[in-house]
Amino acid sequence: MIGLSAYLVLAALVFSIGLFGVLTRRNAVGILLGIELMLNAVNINLVAFARFNGDLTGLIFTLFTISITVAEVAVGLAIVIAIFRVRRTVEADRLDLLRG
Amino acid sequence: MTLETVGFWVVAVVLLASSLAVVLTPNLFHAVLYLAAALVATGAIFLLLEQPFLFAVQLLLYAGGVVTIVVFAIMLTERLVGERIRQTSRHLINGAIVAAAVFAGIAGFLLQAPLATPRPGPAPDATVAIGRALVGPFAVTLELLAVLLVTALLGALYFARGEE
Repeated sequence: MIGLSAYLVLAALVFSIGLFGVLTRRNAVGILLGIELMLNAVNINLVAFARFNGDLTGLIFTLFTISITVAEVAVGLAIVIAIFRVRRTVEADRLDLLRG
Repeated sequence: MTLETVGFWVVAVVLLASSLAVVLTPNLFHAVLYLAAALVATGAIFLLLEQPFLFAVQLLLYAGGVVTIVVFAIMLTERLVGERIRQTSRHLINGAIVAAAVFAGIAGFLLQAPLATPRPGPAPDATVAIGRALVGPFAVTLELLAVLLVTALLGALYFARGEE
């Protein structure tokens, strides 16, 4: 029988992998993909807690996170495309206009 | 070994492998495809937790919607520069150290936390209850979400529109 902690450890692993991606990717789209992985791990946690505690709220919150993530990806990619038009690059290191 | 145990380990291995591929593959397009695999595997986890409705939402919104948008964005930006985007990484060691430290922190917390809750019996289909809760106690949140989606739509249009 798979316990709650197995799901939580799996989610923690996926979260750490996503964090690794966010920290190491140079490409802005690659950073967005890492953020997707991290949010996905959070959803696994929410659903696992909801299932094991018999509480519906976790499922509702998962629906909300999924919708918000979709909105976030749409706006984030629109910003990436807009930056691309102006700077001709999506390398996060070279987007330093605001650096003093 | 029950069917659920076997299913969990298979899905877990697929999920971890595709997640690693997302952050390690040099080809950005391949990374998006691996992300789609990871998202479908997450949907399978929802299925293992007996939540078929969330599985459907995950497939439709995440694996369908998000992956399509990202592929579109990559196609557009590659056409803008006229060359393939290579995806390079930096500070691999530092990133691995930070990620491992975060995982160790979470795992340490999990070991101490009282998590001995056994799984309750087979859950009834939660879809009806989710629908009732969405228009009941969570109605205001649902409306706010609708506003957020419209705002995101307008914002994305504003940012991505061409020069007039």
